[in-house]
Amino acid sequence: MPLIIDRRLNGKNKSAVNRQRFIRRFKAQIKRAVSEAISERSITDIESGEKINIPARDITEPMFRHGAGGERETIYPGNDTYIAGDRIKRPPEGGVGKPGRATRDGEGMDNFVFTLTREEFMEFFFEDLALPDLVKRQLATTIDFKTIRAGYTREGIPANINVLRSLKGALARRIALRAAYAERVKDAEDELDRIDGEAEGSNPEKSAKVLVLEDRIRRYRKRIAAIPFIDTFDLRYNNRIRQPRPTARAVMFCIMDVSGSMDEERKDIAKRFFILLYLFLIRNYEQIEVVFIRHHTTAKEVDEDEFFHSRETGGTVVSSALELMHEIIHRRYPSAEWNIYAAQASDGDNWNDDSPLCRNLLIEKLMPLLQYFAYVEIKPDEHQSLWREYLHVKTHCRNFAMQRIDALTDIYPVFHKLFRKKAAA
Amino acid sequence: MSASQYISEGSEWTFDQIQRYEQEIGRVAAFYGLDTYPNQIEIISAEQMMDAYSSVGMPVGYHHWSFGKQFLNVEQRYRRGHMGLAYEIVINSDPCIAYLMEENSMMMQALVIAHASFGHNSFFKGNYLFRTWTSADAIIDYLIFARNYIADCEQRHGEEAVELILDSCHALMNYGVDRYKRPSPLSVREEKQRQREREARLQMQINDLWRTIPRKEPAGEPEEKKRFPSEPQENLLYFIEKNAPLLEPWQREIVRIVRKLAQYFYPQRQTQVMNEGWATFWHYTILNHLYEERLVNDAFMLEFLQTHTNVVFQPPYNSDYFSSINPYALGFTMMRDIRRICEQPTDEDKRWFPDIAGSQWTATLDFAMRNFKDESFIAQYLSPKVIRDMKLFVVLDDDRKRKLEVTAIHDDSGYRHVRQSLAEQHNLGSNEPNVQVYNVNREGDRSLTLRHTQFKRRPLHNTVEEVLKHLSRLWGFTVRIETVDNDGRVVKTYECAAS
Repeated sequence: MPLIIDRRLNGKNKSAVNRQRFIRRFKAQIKRAVSEAISERSITDIESGEKINIPARDITEPMFRHGAGGERETIYPGNDTYIAGDRIKRPPEGGVGKPGRATRDGEGMDNFVFTLTREEFMEFFFEDLALPDLVKRQLATTIDFKTIRAGYTREGIPANINVLRSLKGALARRIALRAAYAERVKDAEDELDRIDGEAEGSNPEKSAKVLVLEDRIRRYRKRIAAIPFIDTFDLRYNNRIRQPRPTARAVMFCIMDVSGSMDEERKDIAKRFFILLYLFLIRNYEQIEVVFIRHHTTAKEVDEDEFFHSRETGGTVVSSALELMHEIIHRRYPSAEWNIYAAQASDGDNWNDDSPLCRNLLIEKLMPLLQYFAYVEIKPDEHQSLWREYLHVKTHCRNFAMQRIDALTDIYPVFHKLFRKKAAA
Repeated sequence: MSASQYISEGSEWTFDQIQRYEQEIGRVAAFYGLDTYPNQIEIISAEQMMDAYSSVGMPVGYHHWSFGKQFLNVEQRYRRGHMGLAYEIVINSDPCIAYLMEENSMMMQALVIAHASFGHNSFFKGNYLFRTWTSADAIIDYLIFARNYIADCEQRHGEEAVELILDSCHALMNYGVDRYKRPSPLSVREEKQRQREREARLQMQINDLWRTIPRKEPAGEPEEKKRFPSEPQENLLYFIEKNAPLLEPWQREIVRIVRKLAQYFYPQRQTQVMNEGWATFWHYTILNHLYEERLVNDAFMLEFLQTHTNVVFQPPYNSDYFSSINPYALGFTMMRDIRRICEQPTDEDKRWFPDIAGSQWTATLDFAMRNFKDESFIAQYLSPKVIRDMKLFVVLDDDRKRKLEVTAIHDDSGYRHVRQSLAEQHNLGSNEPNVQVYNVNREGDRSLTLRHTQFKRRPLHNTVEEVLKHLSRLWGFTVRIETVDNDGRVVKTYECAAS
């Protein structure tokens, strides 16, 4: 009789550990492949995981093998033309009539291709990045609580009943309540035995006594049986209390210039930069708020959708955005409680007399409130007043960073540079 | 015949039908005299098949990135439709475990049962290589022991350290077998019992081997300089396990585990043609037998024949699909041919195979299955008819000549050459470079010298330098490999200093 076993319900991811080890082992190569992959595709579909291509020679397992050369005889099937003694021109690579074929989609044999899951991909993608100086921890009234266990209570909801504890209590109660009756039953029984042993023969007085005793025993037994197995009195509930947990709260201001000088290509780069920033933030920081500000001559706080998709345009006054930001901070994000970050993208075009204003605004009002301010200038024709003024800010403030992006492929490197994890000081 | 006699109709399978097929196929197999281990049939899903696939068919494996690589590769190709999964995997164990994929049709399940649970199973039980090199009843336990031991080492010494050792052992895995010596069968209980004392004793011996306190030389003439080992050693991993100066006891145990596994797989690598040919021959014979008994219907048979034909298809040398000789095709053709020679011998057969022409075919096949490996099987049984049918021809590639040469085809003067050459092609001994431990410098720098004895002037592939790095990691001191030509001259040396 054969043993037939249905294993389909067993776990199927037996190889998961080995897969993890493979990825860990070739981390460097995979990372390189990830950053190459980024430059080649639109950032919005980063989230879908990625086919990774790493050079096969990096991961081969070496063995002693024969190399080309020497004498070798090979057998082939299906002879249709040759007779013994025929000479054949040596094909360029190895065997007869067997040129190395490239596969249709251009993945040669030289590459090892596999797919990273979305999680793994993002992991590699945002590895080594962090918001700098995330320090302020404030016990806010509403934020995070941790629920912890704290013994047992007598009141609660049925879902929280602790069965073990309740039954222990019930058992103890039953033993305690039964004790008095059990003792009396025992006494009566002893008495009965004594009478039985005393004399034989019928004795009306004795049988009356027996009857009384038996009745008494029956009554006590009934009492004992009437003790409830479990009583509301026995119930115990798991007690959980909520403990406030200090969390770092952070807000990120995204400021994007949408003026007329920002052509489609620049806007595209700016948007991609912010999408990257946004993905990074929501992935790594659960408790972060993001404020989107877009500006031309006036600034406006918008929601995520409008920020990335709206198409209005006009002239450029950068300070409008900075002022709006200052106002919002003042109103909603007191800097004592919040870690405040800002990222600004612009082509560097600004009203000339507005740039010094921006500088002053930043140095005097904003920077003291901020943890970090990152400015990216996108494809500037040449640096204008805004860049020069911002250079001043940079010399004044340690937590101010600026970079320029010239092409789509720069986005990730620049982003990486701006948010690189700094070694702990 | 009434339809109710058929075991199954349609392609959906049920557990009852699988059971029924197993019984019927078992009955027919017994009728033909197949001797098998009891069967254990496990139904698994495609994902689980991928898992099984990537652990090179071990039901329980230790963790290593190379299996992950294998898995990613299989997964990717399967997803893209480049490759169907194998229909079955069968483990050489007692009871013999065969995996059936749930996606298979009823016909496929029956085919796999006949192929794996009776074909491969009887081969595992009967063939002399499997009988001497593996012990089917102990392998699962040993695999579990190996996995636990390695997991334990990872906890104690860190995953990285264990991984390094495993990498190095894997590089030498093919050189972890005794090619000429008979192995002792492995048993888990002993293995576990002895393992601790072995650790201690081994370390002591090694310390002794490397003792630096000078010994008193016996008076008289200076001793002739002796090599160590005194005879060249073919089993590199064994040599390392016993003699490497710097390995920790747990590292030696890991070397041993890899070596044991290499030995377990060694027979499979030497009997591919026979094993697959034997299993294919029997699924073909058994299912045809069931058809003659009217236990399966025409639809079943048509589906079966199509699958079977795909399995034994041998594309010709000039086809896009050609990669090498298909072991299923060659093995199946030869097995059938042996039966033909027994049942309807021609004059040619009587000349070539006087001892088996006209004999009882099941007994002859059984003898062939038990006592040969690919190389000797082909050398013994490849008949002119098979050579003609497959139109085999031999091409000589000599790097000293400008052109390739056809040295033999399927004609009278060529049969013997083709046969010998095909046998040679299936000889592991000539496919893999012949590398042996030659000498250890015990007095000086403790360097280890290997010798590669050339076969037909073939050089080593340039991966050799990588392999040497692994070897030197295990050995702990400088290692080198010398290539020796036919005249015993050293023609090339690679060296790798210890890091």
